[in-house]
Amino acid sequence: MNNARNNLTTVKRTELTFLEKLYVPTLWSGLKVTFRHFWNTLFRGKVVTMEYPEQKWTVPEGYRGAPYLVKDTEDRTKCVSCQLCEFVCPPKAIRITPPGPAVDPTTGNVEKRPKEFEINMLRCIFCGFCQEVCPEEAIFLQKDYSLTGVSRSEMIYDKEKLLALGGVHRGPIMKWKQKADEARKQDAFKPE
Amino acid sequence: MSTPTTAELKPAPPPVETIRIKVDGRELDVPKTMPDWQGKPQPTTMLQACAMAGLEVPHYCYHPKLPIAGNCRMCLIEFGTPMMGPDRKPVLNEDGSPKIARSVLPYEPDAARGAIACATPISPGMELYPSSAATKQMREAVLESLLINHPLDCPICDQAGECKLQEYSVEHGQATSRFVETKVHKPKQVDLGPRIMLDDERCVLCTRCIRFTRDVAGDDALGIVNRGSYNSIAAYPGRQFDNNYSLNTVDLCPVGALTSKDFRFQMRVWFLKETKSLCATCGTGCNITAGAREEKLLRFEPRQNDAVNGPWMCDHGRLNYKWVQREDRLSTVISTRTGSGTWTGVLAEVAEVLRNAPKGSVAMVLSARQTNEELYLLNKLAVLCGAITDSIAREGQGDALLVSPDKNPNSNGVRLTGVAYTEMGIQIPKIAAGIRNGQIKTLVVFGEDVTRHGLEGDVLSRLDHLIVSDVLPNETTQRAHFLLPGCAHIEKRGTFVNVKGRLQKFMKAVEPKGDARPEWEFLGELLQLLGRPENFKSLEGLFNQMAKDTPAFAGLEWSRIGDLGVNVKL
Amino acid sequence: MDSIMDFIYLHRELVMGLVKICAVLAVLLPMVAYSVLAERKISAFIQDRVGPNRVALPLLGSVPVLGPFLTRLGIWQPLADGLKSFLKEDFTPNYVRKAYFWLAPAIALIPAFMTMAVIPFGSYIGTEKMVIADLNVGILYTFGIVSLGVYGLVLAGYAANSKYPFLGGIRSSAQMISYEIAMGMSVIPVFMLVGDLNLGKVIQHQSGGLFSWIIFQQPVAFFIFMVAAFAETNRLPFDLPESETELVGGYHTEYSSMKFALFFMGEYSNMIASSAMMVTLFLGGWTLPWFGLNANAPAEGGLWIGIAHIGIFLAKVLVLMSIFIWVRWMLPRFRYDQLMDLGWRRFIPIALANIVITAVILYLKHAP
Repeated sequence: MNNARNNLTTVKRTELTFLEKLYVPTLWSGLKVTFRHFWNTLFRGKVVTMEYPEQKWTVPEGYRGAPYLVKDTEDRTKCVSCQLCEFVCPPKAIRITPPGPAVDPTTGNVEKRPKEFEINMLRCIFCGFCQEVCPEEAIFLQKDYSLTGVSRSEMIYDKEKLLALGGVHRGPIMKWKQKADEARKQDAFKPE
Repeated sequence: MSTPTTAELKPAPPPVETIRIKVDGRELDVPKTMPDWQGKPQPTTMLQACAMAGLEVPHYCYHPKLPIAGNCRMCLIEFGTPMMGPDRKPVLNEDGSPKIARSVLPYEPDAARGAIACATPISPGMELYPSSAATKQMREAVLESLLINHPLDCPICDQAGECKLQEYSVEHGQATSRFVETKVHKPKQVDLGPRIMLDDERCVLCTRCIRFTRDVAGDDALGIVNRGSYNSIAAYPGRQFDNNYSLNTVDLCPVGALTSKDFRFQMRVWFLKETKSLCATCGTGCNITAGAREEKLLRFEPRQNDAVNGPWMCDHGRLNYKWVQREDRLSTVISTRTGSGTWTGVLAEVAEVLRNAPKGSVAMVLSARQTNEELYLLNKLAVLCGAITDSIAREGQGDALLVSPDKNPNSNGVRLTGVAYTEMGIQIPKIAAGIRNGQIKTLVVFGEDVTRHGLEGDVLSRLDHLIVSDVLPNETTQRAHFLLPGCAHIEKRGTFVNVKGRLQKFMKAVEPKGDARPEWEFLGELLQLLGRPENFKSLEGLFNQMAKDTPAFAGLEWSRIGDLGVNVKL
Repeated sequence: MDSIMDFIYLHRELVMGLVKICAVLAVLLPMVAYSVLAERKISAFIQDRVGPNRVALPLLGSVPVLGPFLTRLGIWQPLADGLKSFLKEDFTPNYVRKAYFWLAPAIALIPAFMTMAVIPFGSYIGTEKMVIADLNVGILYTFGIVSLGVYGLVLAGYAANSKYPFLGGIRSSAQMISYEIAMGMSVIPVFMLVGDLNLGKVIQHQSGGLFSWIIFQQPVAFFIFMVAAFAETNRLPFDLPESETELVGGYHTEYSSMKFALFFMGEYSNMIASSAMMVTLFLGGWTLPWFGLNANAPAEGGLWIGIAHIGIFLAKVLVLMSIFIWVRWMLPRFRYDQLMDLGWRRFIPIALANIVITAVILYLKHAP
């Protein structure tokens, strides 16, 4: 009680009036609010619920949904199996099988592409690190947000599935193609 | 073993003559001479002096175990020497200290002139500035020039993650390129030899590989062809780069130009779990680093140990890891007598057999591929059963550099633990005769296919009990009554003694497959079943006990062996 | 044939009693199920949501306009919920006290049904009085049975042998016993006015026009009775025995499947029983002051009037049920000390005062 000594201030509770103490007017106003909402919802259709499978949400630009692999405009897998996404992936959802030492003459200047590329969509947290780390612009978080399956193994998306879902990325930079073109030009050049 | 130094083995050198210099303003006494790549004393270089001051000078072509070339220019540093007056007397500052003349370009006295630290000897009173602005500028310029034609294909380059070009670019380089012209394209995927793939575009022309194969491996197979920007490494026309040390050039290559065909595109190096181990292919016992990911062995790399292998190892040993994880690897413990398939069951049966065996009816053939600890326990077992023991010698081709003619990794361990005599295998005919005349009824085999070493199938079929432990299936394991799957050395811990008497320890890199267990573990359990106290819970305890009991290992302790091993008396 | 008719004639009381019990249960159980649906729908509308709208029956669901409408209304939801309750794993944790654990749900449900026995849900159909047991101590029977309801909850809390159910059980016993006193006191003036404990007589007393309903003579008693009824049925704002946010689920935390459903049904049956009791005591029971629906249905040709009386009674019960639900989705939960304060320090004195005042007024009115 010695407020001066303890340097405390006591805030006085406001005295309630008799009506307020009765609690009934407050009850009444509460009932009015709930009834207003009830009436508006039932008879004036002011519903905020979006009924999901029938009504769907417009996915905004820049949305971070499921990560898929993309191909370039010449139908080549952009991924070169550098495994940076596998390394950076916080939940370890990505698993890449590198191609191994066998030389594939058709790959041209890009000597490497994944033998297998799996994303476990049950593990994926859609953080976008894979997209950010990718030096080849080969993986993008796209607009799919509702992935379903009937088994765990079905939710591990393999390379074919990821490429089919990912589609084509139309970027201006095609560095491997440019490198290959340059090399071909230099090979063709014959000094006098 | 001609080139690597064996400084450790020599008596303490006499007090060395030193030179006083300054590195980044700090005074330092450095020895006047240092051993060069062959161990001969040579004047100390600036790079070595900086290393002594705790500063790493970036370099590509310099390697402590190779002759100096001085061609990459990455180690350029700014320096200064005491100024001399016209009277050939040192010029002094006002406070009496010698005045230092910074090295400058002859016609541009404002611009610093660097010297390559790897090849420039120090002189008394010299001052080195490895952290100065001018040094930094020189490094940036050199790096920029090295990167002009570099393809920057790190995403597909196997060196990424352990690439000096990447490391120095981060540390000393610039973030952007000013080079707008077309890069020179050189051959890619050049097949240099059976084990080496070359990408000329990535090469920085440090010539480490050329010097290694010429001066260390003694096979002058590589050289530089073409001129100017088109300089590229190539094998001698019509020849393959195929000597038994070629894969060392992959380790030497500071960039991703030389790649191992075996490891190429298998796994990015940052995923590898690296374990300090040994190569068990021959008696040299080269120190290695085993790289594995998720229990899959992917590569062996040499680990520098100047007392054994220097920084090198042979290709054969390096690629000799695939058998460990073969599909047909023994992975189930089994007793064909009762069909029991558990360790407890089978070990109890084995213990019963050994307990009831009369003295003189047991023989043991123990491989010199087993560790000292296992041989120690097996020897205890042999003494307990009164068994006759021997091992099998494995002779082969050696060479002058690293490969030993003894193809067993632990022949000396077999001798030192008392399992075999100096000449291994002399007891084998005696054991064969004993089996034939019915005296020997029980044979214990560890890690050898005895059908190829004098105890053929018809001999084995006379036995009452054949107890076999091995890693891979062979005729002996097929005939075994009790099969105890063991581990390759890469799957367990232990020690080997190499041909020169160096005791070295190795660590476990991957888990064994299936039921397979380290032999020392189940041998301990077996000895316990037979009433012996040698069931050790840890390898450390087992080693320390063995060191106490074995005269050659007297005074050793597991914790004091170190990564590089110790010499023992043979 | 004759023997059956003879049996019926001889044991008329018994047979008609069984018929009425079956009829009451046939109405009560669907009402319980659909009051759950009503709860969900009304709460949804109050919160601007849609509520259950997915369950469709295979054939009825595909009838053009009606099917989708009923589906949207969630009309089949109770069927799905019931089926789900049966199909769920009936889990009994192995540390519970098994006998009590299995007994508790039944004890929670049965008293609620038994209360219905004395409530006159209509006037007459033919010569048959529309009440299962026309007891002359009706209200005492009701209170006796209602006070048994607490055992279900306490037993559930005790039998589960874990902390949250235990706390829930303790709370419920304290709360229900406290409010039973206020509730009991609040109805004493009603019977002082009526002068009889038979509930049929209470309704007869209210048949003289709208203002003869006891709510207009005893508004304070009605208010106390209603609030106490909320407390007795563990409805918000008095759902402290369950209080999901603090006690996980209170006394029924460890229950699952049909056992849990029995508690759930018990709660809603209790609501219906309390509503029926309020209708009987304060809102004129089956009477309506217009269209001559005040009087008992005549034995001859009064069938439709009799049925109308039952309809009126049910309609009044439904209105009260809606108020129960409405209040639930408006008020937050009381703090425990506030709950006790309200019961003991407000309602009991007010109810006592109400008795005294009524007694004084009655004395003055009838004073010679």
